[in-house]
Amino acid sequence: MLAYILRRVLYAIPILIGVNLLTFALFFVVNTPDDMARLQLGVKHVTPEAIERWKVEHGYDKPLLLNVQAQGSAQFTDTIFFQHSAAMFAFEFGKGDDGRDIGNEITTRMGPSLAIALPVLVIGLMVNITFALLMVFFRATYLDLWGVVLCVVLMSISGLFYIIAGQYFIAKLWNLLPISGFAGGIDGFKFILLPVLVSVVAGIGSGSRWYRTIFLEEIGKDYVRTARAKGLSEVRVLFRHVLKNGMIPILTGVVVVLPLLFMGSLITESFFGIPGLGSYTIDAIQAQDFAVVRAMVFLGSFLYIVGLILTDISYSWVDPRVRLQ
Amino acid sequence: MNPLLEVRDLVTGFGSMRVVDGVSFRVAAGETYALLGESGCGKSMTALSLMRLLPDGGRIVSGSVRLAETDVLALPERDMRRVRGGRMAMIFQEPMLALNPVVKVGAQIGEALALHRKLGGQAARDTARGLLDSVGVPDATRRLDSYPFELSGGLRQRVMIAMALAGEPQLLIADEPTTALDVTIQAQVLDVLRRLKAERQMGMLLITHDLGVVAENADRVGVMYAGELVEESARDAFFAGPQHPYSRMLFEALPRPGDGGRLTTIPGQVPPLDGSLVGCRFAPRCPHAFVRCREESPGWQAINGQRVRCHLAGQLPAQDMRDRVAHAASAHPPQPLLQVEGLKVHFPIRRGFIQRTVGHVRAVDDVAMSIQAGRTLALVGESGCGKTTVGKALLRLIEPTAGRIALGGEVITANNAATLRRQAQMVFQDPYSSLNPRMRVADILLEGMDALGVGAAGQRRDAVSQLLRQVGLPDDAGGRYPHAFSGGQRQRIAIARALAVSPRLVICDEPTSALDVSVQAQILNLLKDLQNDLGLAYLFITHNLAVVEYLAHEVAVMYLGRIVEQGAAADVLRAPRHPYTQALMSAVPRIEPHAGEGIIRLTGDQPSPLNPPAGCHFHPRCPHAQAVCRQIYPDRTGLGGGHWVRCHWVAGRHPDFSKEH
Amino acid sequence: MSFMPVILWTDRLIFALLAGVLVLVWFIRRHEHLRAPWRLVAQRPMAMGAALVLGVFVAIGLLDSLHYRERLADSRADAPQYSVEVLSVFDALVNGLRTRQEKTYSAPLAMQLYAKEFVERDGATVRDYPRLHYGGAHLTHADAHGPDIARRALVGLAQGLAVGLLLFGLLAAWQARRTQTHMGAWLEAWATGRLGWPARTVVLVLALMLLLGGALIQLASGYHVFGTDKVGQDVLYISLKSIRTGLVIGTLTTLVTLPLAIGFGIAAGYFRGWVDDVIQYIYTVLNSIPGVLLIAAAVLIVQVAIESNPELFDTAAARADIRLLALCLILGVTSWTGLARLLRGESLKLRTLDYVEAARAFGVSHARIISRHIFPNVFHLVLIAIVLDFSGLVLAEAVLSYVGVGVDPTMYSWGNMINGARLELAREPTVWWQLGAAFVFMFTLVLAANLFADGVRDAFDPRMGTRR
Repeated sequence: MLAYILRRVLYAIPILIGVNLLTFALFFVVNTPDDMARLQLGVKHVTPEAIERWKVEHGYDKPLLLNVQAQGSAQFTDTIFFQHSAAMFAFEFGKGDDGRDIGNEITTRMGPSLAIALPVLVIGLMVNITFALLMVFFRATYLDLWGVVLCVVLMSISGLFYIIAGQYFIAKLWNLLPISGFAGGIDGFKFILLPVLVSVVAGIGSGSRWYRTIFLEEIGKDYVRTARAKGLSEVRVLFRHVLKNGMIPILTGVVVVLPLLFMGSLITESFFGIPGLGSYTIDAIQAQDFAVVRAMVFLGSFLYIVGLILTDISYSWVDPRVRLQ
Repeated sequence: MNPLLEVRDLVTGFGSMRVVDGVSFRVAAGETYALLGESGCGKSMTALSLMRLLPDGGRIVSGSVRLAETDVLALPERDMRRVRGGRMAMIFQEPMLALNPVVKVGAQIGEALALHRKLGGQAARDTARGLLDSVGVPDATRRLDSYPFELSGGLRQRVMIAMALAGEPQLLIADEPTTALDVTIQAQVLDVLRRLKAERQMGMLLITHDLGVVAENADRVGVMYAGELVEESARDAFFAGPQHPYSRMLFEALPRPGDGGRLTTIPGQVPPLDGSLVGCRFAPRCPHAFVRCREESPGWQAINGQRVRCHLAGQLPAQDMRDRVAHAASAHPPQPLLQVEGLKVHFPIRRGFIQRTVGHVRAVDDVAMSIQAGRTLALVGESGCGKTTVGKALLRLIEPTAGRIALGGEVITANNAATLRRQAQMVFQDPYSSLNPRMRVADILLEGMDALGVGAAGQRRDAVSQLLRQVGLPDDAGGRYPHAFSGGQRQRIAIARALAVSPRLVICDEPTSALDVSVQAQILNLLKDLQNDLGLAYLFITHNLAVVEYLAHEVAVMYLGRIVEQGAAADVLRAPRHPYTQALMSAVPRIEPHAGEGIIRLTGDQPSPLNPPAGCHFHPRCPHAQAVCRQIYPDRTGLGGGHWVRCHWVAGRHPDFSKEH
Repeated sequence: MSFMPVILWTDRLIFALLAGVLVLVWFIRRHEHLRAPWRLVAQRPMAMGAALVLGVFVAIGLLDSLHYRERLADSRADAPQYSVEVLSVFDALVNGLRTRQEKTYSAPLAMQLYAKEFVERDGATVRDYPRLHYGGAHLTHADAHGPDIARRALVGLAQGLAVGLLLFGLLAAWQARRTQTHMGAWLEAWATGRLGWPARTVVLVLALMLLLGGALIQLASGYHVFGTDKVGQDVLYISLKSIRTGLVIGTLTTLVTLPLAIGFGIAAGYFRGWVDDVIQYIYTVLNSIPGVLLIAAAVLIVQVAIESNPELFDTAAARADIRLLALCLILGVTSWTGLARLLRGESLKLRTLDYVEAARAFGVSHARIISRHIFPNVFHLVLIAIVLDFSGLVLAEAVLSYVGVGVDPTMYSWGNMINGARLELAREPTVWWQLGAAFVFMFTLVLAANLFADGVRDAFDPRMGTRR
């Protein structure tokens, strides 16, 4: 088991290198520092000197891969690749265009992101499983049929609509909750409520429909018939047997996104003014701050790979067939 | 005496189909009643109707089911749950699927104990252990904490039985309880069921398609056909003289020892159950049918205690005897076609951090065999013994690890594979997965000819219709897709595909084990005819000894990757010498009472080929094992006439026989 | 010639796609086993109703893909000059909607502007809501406003009903002739739902669309049905023009993903070994980068490329079109991994099936095994993926445009509509119609696509749901 995990961890390294090379290619080869400077400076201020100055300010005035003027190992280290791409392996992200340290921003903004994303995940999971179990309990009746249709309808509504409608009705029209903003500690509760509510509702359609198919797949299996033949009631069959087996794919699906919760949700955070990593990212995209986007790409990939490893571990934890073989 | 179970005019519908149509029977306490029939006849649906466990879409239309004094169909669902698993329990066919994979065995049994006997905690655990003991699960205390996947198929089925017994049922319904198991394991499980029934005075409803299982276990028999019960009688009377034409034909379709003639086949198929069926449902396939059969559904008639639904009850001609011809002497002079020496297929086992190869699964370990042109070698063994791997390795579908394969005198290497492919072809087990559903039959048959460049391109179309005729399919079959054909017809297509490149050797991998008895007979007859007409040689891979006796000239018995006994079919099957072969032979349920010979029951399961026992692989299960068996793998001991075994015990008893090699 | 045809890149691809679909339809019609599942789809009321709605959207999208530039009226015949504005056949059909521009916001069906201005009235200058140039301009009194709307709506409904009844009569007559029954008998079978196809639903949906269309046309001829936006453009027009953008993103993206997903997925599953390792590595790398960020990075780069080469595009439409195409490409390249993984798993299973082994026993080549045995047996998964992904992509466009990495800001799209209007919600009183219209149109398209996809999925693979 330990060897297995170790192997998975080592397997993650070439993937991170791949991500790194890909972002390097995207940000520095396809799109040279000159291009970035031009974009940042705007049409009016583009002069060769301004471009050079911008490049020096942001540390892009070095050769891409090989510095022939430097001596010794500096030939490799005093390059854009080493200082801007390879440095990310040490989680050194440098500074954003606004001059702030990206690493610092990430650590301070993780909290607010998590404050929204974690409740959304947990509450959403419970709500969706409940709905799915209800539909499965009433399967092949009109309740189930219309439940599925309702899910499809909910799925067909744009996520933006949920947010805008939630803000408009709950916050603006009925004044129940603040429309946006964030505060730490216990005061923050009222700010968290609306984004969490909206995100959970937005996820009900696709979530409960997916869980329903998982449970239906399980309920068609032979062991369910065995359980019924024992004389168990339908509710017990659902909870003791179907849920237990269905939770395996559901839980492992959840585990893979767990680390990514730190990244927050772009849209929700941006609409509700949550100072998390999601809104940080979106601001960076809109301001075309390449350094921040690059850092977030690396961070996201890293967390995703952590999620993959956790998934493998969790599989062996929840499924005895994997654990004991 | 009141019967324990009384079913009257049960009708079960599935959409517009009546899958069970007016079935009535009784089961007394302490009695085993066997429902016999081929797939799709409604026997499982009858059982599920009794339990009120029909799958979605099925419903009981009419009829009554009484369990002792209880009207089962009238019970509200709440009360039914107390009957289900309490007074009436059921075990299912697939032990691999019927247990919850993520719940421990003890907990699954405990659930039934809590529900029906209000037992919990240590009391439940003790009772569960007792139940496991009683069904012969070794080391029961430890097994309570096992998950189902940690158990072999035979053990899982025992757990299933223990679970069914937890509610102390009066009636046990066993739906094909041993169909998925190997013969030696089947024998063990059937023994358990017989013993428990006697101990607990349970009634048992045994559902099966296997006449042999019925003969050895049932007290009374009911034969089902197309949703109806067509014959019912006591076991001995039934086996002495079945009265319904369908029952008779089932008997005659069964290959039996000492019998080389053509098998009787039942033409046609079971009618679809959706339309309004007029007359006797068997009439379209019945050789004795006359006008009345097609117009009027026959009622029950009694003849000497047997009951039968047939207009000709008692007037049928005496038992049709098959023409008992011996194996037709092959017209082709015997010449070795396939010669295999030292064939090995090892799969590496990788473990640990860098996936180092830590060992090998020796799926096939040093197998040698030869097949003469126009003859059949049967390769017999239980699941997991490596017999299919041998077949695939011969065709290089799996790359052999070592060994020399010569076909028609030419040694086959990776370079002349095309020669091999023109001379040797394969027929697979499952006719449903062996034909591409998206290709027309003609294209399926043309594929091999195109790939190997057989015949001129212009003549291939003619070859297709020739092939279709040869395997007994209509000419227009070529234009249709596989889903338009039944299982037996699909297997004919698969045979035609193999024949398309005019091979001299056909490897048949369990070609009939997915088919019903009557269809199996058709395919076996076809294979035999093709052999006589075309001089084909067969490597016939199977677990079914009855089929071996019918078809094979020579037999090789495999156990854990090695051949343990080989010789002429008559010698090996009539006088098996290896203890494993003997056990295999005696485990097969037979219609005729076993004559004289003691029944040998193997204990335990076949060990994993991952880690075979040292010495003779068979020694842990062998009744004759001695010290030497645990250390040294036995050499061949020749018994004359090409018959040899690998067994220290046999070698010791026959010191006069020379050791080969 | 009074116009010059303009063929944008996306137009080319759309019509290539259309041709491909038609060829596929022809091919399926000739093969019974391919037709059978489509018959099942055709028997599902919801799927057929949804298909009709989709059909209307697609028709609008196709009309909107036939582009041209008008000749300037004052240009000479021998040296014609053409307007820089690229129009489409659809624009020509709804010319009124396009040209009747107001000054700024106006509410749906309003006859006055949404903002007060100084207007001349009875010789004095007062600050009031001025009348619109076009919306309700035919009315002399404000009192007539309500009754006029009601009258137009009713007339429209009646016209829709009339057309509907006419079509229904023709359908009944044709069907009765075809099946050689009396029309009465056919009608009875229709009313009781015994026709073997969901005729009731089809007729109902058709009738509903005709009624709605009739009312819309009547109202739109005198008013701005969904109001006007900040620069006074008709919101109904913008919403309709956005249909093409949504369709392009939903379909062309899939067109990009298909070769990648099919090629890599089947190759990985069929060949296994190092091929599988390499392909798995590629898609794990792609998968591990958060989708929006990868898209954002790529779009930013495309933007730089477009901005540094302005000379390549002769019109703004061509520029926006290239950006749209680039977005499709980027979305495609980042989203093929899911389908590829599904196809890999399925190919892994198929390659062990006996019919593939049988083909290998004949020495059939890998290319032939893949094309004859593997691909035809995974094709249904590809099809299901296409219809399922469509709606997700339409929704994604809105989000991406909001983030600022979607389509060109000058392009008509629901995402741009939402993005432009969401800040106006804070205004008092609220400007809600732009958002409302975008959501309603998007919802209709996505719901229809989802319902249709459900029907397709159930017909092609009832157990599919669990595998995604």
